[in-house]
Amino acid sequence: MSELAIDLEFILGRYNYWLFSILMMTGLYITVSRGNLIKKIVGLNIFQTSVFMLYISLGKVTGGTAPILTGDPDTVYSNPLPHVLILTAIVVGIATTAVGLALVVRIKETYGTIEEDEILELEHDMDFGNGAPQGGSRA
Amino acid sequence: MMALIEPHLPALQVVIPLVAAPFCMMLGRGGLAWIFASVVSLATFVISIALFAQTYDGTIISYHMGGWAPPIGIEYRVDILNAFVLLIVSGSAALVLPYARSSVAAEIPAERQALFYTAFLLCVAGLLGVTITGDAFNVFVFLEISSLATYALVASGAWANKRALTAAYNYLIMGTIGATFFVIGIGMLYSVTGTLNMADLAVRIADHGDSSTLRMGFVLILLGIGLKLAMFPLHLWLPNAYAYAPSAVTAFLAATATKVAVYVMLRFMFTVLGFDYEFQADTLRMVVLPLAIIAMFAASLVAIFQDDLKRMLAYSSVAQIGYILLGLSLLNETGITASIVHLFNHAVTKAALFMVAGCFIFSAGTSSISKLAGVGRDMPWTTAAFVAGGLSLIGLPLTVGFISKWYLVLATLELGWWPVALMIMASSLLAIIYVWRVVEVAYLQPAPAGVTRKEAPLSMLIPTWIFVGLSVWFGVNAMLTATAAGRAASALIGSSHILWKD
Amino acid sequence: MSNENLLLLAIAIPALTPFLLALFGKLPNLRDAVSVVASIATFAAVLHLLLAVIDGARPAISLLEVMPGLVLGFEIEPLGMLFATVASGLWIPTSLYSIGYMRGAHEKKQTRFAICFAIAIAAAVGIAFSGNLFTLFIFYEVLTISTYPLVAHKETPEAKKGARTYLAILMTTSILFLLVALIWTWNITGTTEFRAGGILEGHIDPALVPFLLALFAFGIGKAALMPFHRWLPAAMVAPTPVSALLHAVAVVKAGVFTMLKVGTYIFGVGFLSKTGAADWLMWLAAASILIASIVAITKDDLKARLAYSTVSQLSYITLGVALATQMGVVGGAMHIVTHAFGKIALFMCAGAIYVAAHKTKISQLDGLGRKMPITFFCFTIAALSIIGLPPFAGAWSKWYLMIAAAETSHLIIIGVLMVSSLLNVAYLLPIPARAFFLKSKDDDANGKIEEAPLFCLLPICFAALGCVVIFFTIGGLYEYLLNIPILPESLP
Repeated sequence: MSELAIDLEFILGRYNYWLFSILMMTGLYITVSRGNLIKKIVGLNIFQTSVFMLYISLGKVTGGTAPILTGDPDTVYSNPLPHVLILTAIVVGIATTAVGLALVVRIKETYGTIEEDEILELEHDMDFGNGAPQGGSRA
Repeated sequence: MMALIEPHLPALQVVIPLVAAPFCMMLGRGGLAWIFASVVSLATFVISIALFAQTYDGTIISYHMGGWAPPIGIEYRVDILNAFVLLIVSGSAALVLPYARSSVAAEIPAERQALFYTAFLLCVAGLLGVTITGDAFNVFVFLEISSLATYALVASGAWANKRALTAAYNYLIMGTIGATFFVIGIGMLYSVTGTLNMADLAVRIADHGDSSTLRMGFVLILLGIGLKLAMFPLHLWLPNAYAYAPSAVTAFLAATATKVAVYVMLRFMFTVLGFDYEFQADTLRMVVLPLAIIAMFAASLVAIFQDDLKRMLAYSSVAQIGYILLGLSLLNETGITASIVHLFNHAVTKAALFMVAGCFIFSAGTSSISKLAGVGRDMPWTTAAFVAGGLSLIGLPLTVGFISKWYLVLATLELGWWPVALMIMASSLLAIIYVWRVVEVAYLQPAPAGVTRKEAPLSMLIPTWIFVGLSVWFGVNAMLTATAAGRAASALIGSSHILWKD
Repeated sequence: MSNENLLLLAIAIPALTPFLLALFGKLPNLRDAVSVVASIATFAAVLHLLLAVIDGARPAISLLEVMPGLVLGFEIEPLGMLFATVASGLWIPTSLYSIGYMRGAHEKKQTRFAICFAIAIAAAVGIAFSGNLFTLFIFYEVLTISTYPLVAHKETPEAKKGARTYLAILMTTSILFLLVALIWTWNITGTTEFRAGGILEGHIDPALVPFLLALFAFGIGKAALMPFHRWLPAAMVAPTPVSALLHAVAVVKAGVFTMLKVGTYIFGVGFLSKTGAADWLMWLAAASILIASIVAITKDDLKARLAYSTVSQLSYITLGVALATQMGVVGGAMHIVTHAFGKIALFMCAGAIYVAAHKTKISQLDGLGRKMPITFFCFTIAALSIIGLPPFAGAWSKWYLMIAAAETSHLIIIGVLMVSSLLNVAYLLPIPARAFFLKSKDDDANGKIEEAPLFCLLPICFAALGCVVIFFTIGGLYEYLLNIPILPESLP
């Protein structure tokens, strides 16, 4: 029984990693498997959020409080650095999402759809169909 | 004045284009923004020359951002390796911008040109930042600045061909996945060492010794950077992005974006992570090296069957990245020298070739090879530039390509890896095929009747020929590049903790 | 002017001529005059150097360091001097001949032709004067690239196909084998210099020597050693002056010259014979001689037959290297000269026949001897020289090769040389015989045929005369070739 207890502790003690892994895989799976361009971006967001979770949980010190100077030398603080890093990463993530969504809007305007398979079909037509391809496409 | 500026050159290198970018946007329509961007990129080029001159003898410049000392503060650290890469990036920017004027005017509506140049400057700033910074997380931030700007730049090819949009979108998805893997990897390193300064990381990782977290970090960083540098088979975003981006953007990206990613890889593999001989060396030699060789052949073969010149060159880039990865995964000094020297050599060669493709699009209205019949007569200078660049791609003597091949083969022979040496040569034979296909069409096929093509304007021809000139000059006299690459390689090996003797 | 400057001049004149040619592209007379003057000037410079080299001078010059330790430099030694003299000397008659030929045959893009021709000569002289293997390799590749447009000159589908084969084989061999051999040599010896007695001894495991030699022998594709000889017949789609000078003299001789250079100055003759590494090469060369001769008999196309004859004759020189004695080297070097004169004359005759009668097949030549007596007379002389009959030049080089074979007691090789001479008779002599003694089937059509223009005819006579003159002046050439250093210089 004792061995099982240790294993349980191993699993429960690292629950943040498990959650991180599950979230990460979910996000990655959505990004890769979905054909809808918006859903892909949603997946990407979940994927990125999992990383934020990882970093923030890394910085947590057991029993630590928010890293604001209290004047008491015995106070245990959580590590503030990961939080700051993730603040930056969130900004990066938002910017990426914004650019991605902007591209989706333009794709909707020009192709008339945001489903990947339909777009591929259209592009295939551009390559080999009757529609005159422009610029650098294969003719 | 000089004395005041000089100590701050590392910061100015990034800050100037970064701050200039929003001003560029305010300048409204095309012309002014272009002049402004050109001046800025010229200034960054001058700064990187100064930095290169300072570090050429092996000096390391450490610049503390805001006066905060590392490892707490962010450090900009310039040694000969990243000074060399800075030179490539800023030099390419300074040469591509004059070319961009006519090319962009033809491909992008006037009211959007200022935005285009803004994105261009941001991209330059991001790439320079990645290269110069000594802080691991900072690398991620700058990498994303440059990547976001790049997505926008690629998408701006949509006025010429709407497929640029999907190309940019796919690039965005793949690039973001790569960057996220990379940042997880850095998180792993941080969780083990508690620091983000690269020099500090190197010391602490060496003290820490091997652990599964570190290995995980190594793999994730390799994967993330592999996506960014189009390591086979993670290259799927590259051909479309290069083919449909505006010509000037393609020339700039081909010369810089993947090169900077390779730099990050070198820096992390050797300076930061040089910890565990077995695992790292095995991964590089058993996984990266075979992939590099497959890339050399597979991508070259695909290139042979492309009809679009830009696409063909894009696949050729994937193959050339194979050479670079092969060099560094040989894990000997000559091999790393080959990689670094090929960073430069391939940058000038590919920039020249993509510029030629841009000239064809500008003057002949197409980059489809089959429609370029007889173009050698109508556009003699452009086509001649293609031949010169093509010879360099093949790796014939008197071009930079030869220098790279020389070092690469020498590195394999030093290890006694015969088959690899022969494979390198065999794959460059494939380059002959795809280069010569174009040469035959351009020179030996009669031009279709009724087609009039004028030579490209001088503003495009001169930058193209400067790149061609560089690729010949440094092929004839490679002392500067070979010495710099050699010193960088020995510094990398010296700073890493890998046990070099088997 | 110092010898060093003359050396640079000998390369610079043909290398810079293209600029003048491009300038005068619109003025054909001036352009062709420039070609002729340049060829004479180059030869004058080379001749000056030859006299100096005979007096014992060894001019050397380093231009620049390409990579750390790798220098682009030139140094003249007797072997290279000989090759440079032959290549640049025969450029004069060929440039005269090509004026007659190109105008007579109404070829297009004559300026491009003249430009590439001059660059090819510059590359050949560069190969001859190279001070190290690295420099030699550079010029070797320049020669390949610059001759490609010449082979593809007609721009017909056959020309493109031939040129593609030409480029593919020469590039493949040089990059895949020669460059690897070069880097290997550099890796183990730390130098690529040509040194008397070779540089490899003591640096390489003797068991690996045959492999390195194989990389060199097959890498030097221009030597047309079987099975990498296909490019030479393929190159025959080129206009005849190209076949004459480049594919009978400059390009192919650059190949075998490189073989000689590598054999004597990289491996060292003594090292080769000591390790026996060249034995297989000897047999391959012997096989190449016989097979190519037999293939030549089956060809009806005049130029194709001459091309296969060249493949066979080149292997004589490779054989000379593989025998690994001083006589072998002397015989091989001598064959460079004698075969050059003989074969250039034969090709020029083939060109003259094409210009005058528009015939390319041997079976069409019946009776032409009476219409073009001078051409076919010269053809006969050159053919006899190639066969190796006295009093024509070819006799001597075969003689010395046989001595070399006898010295190393390879009696079979002597037999091979004999049989080869018989095969030469079988494929060369029927050509003039048909022309002189058979009657043409359609005399009416041939009625208007007369000798080719004077510009074509004079160079032919000159080359044929050369075959005779060399026979009688061979003593001087032999003495000169004994100057090729075979043994390592004893260190002071």
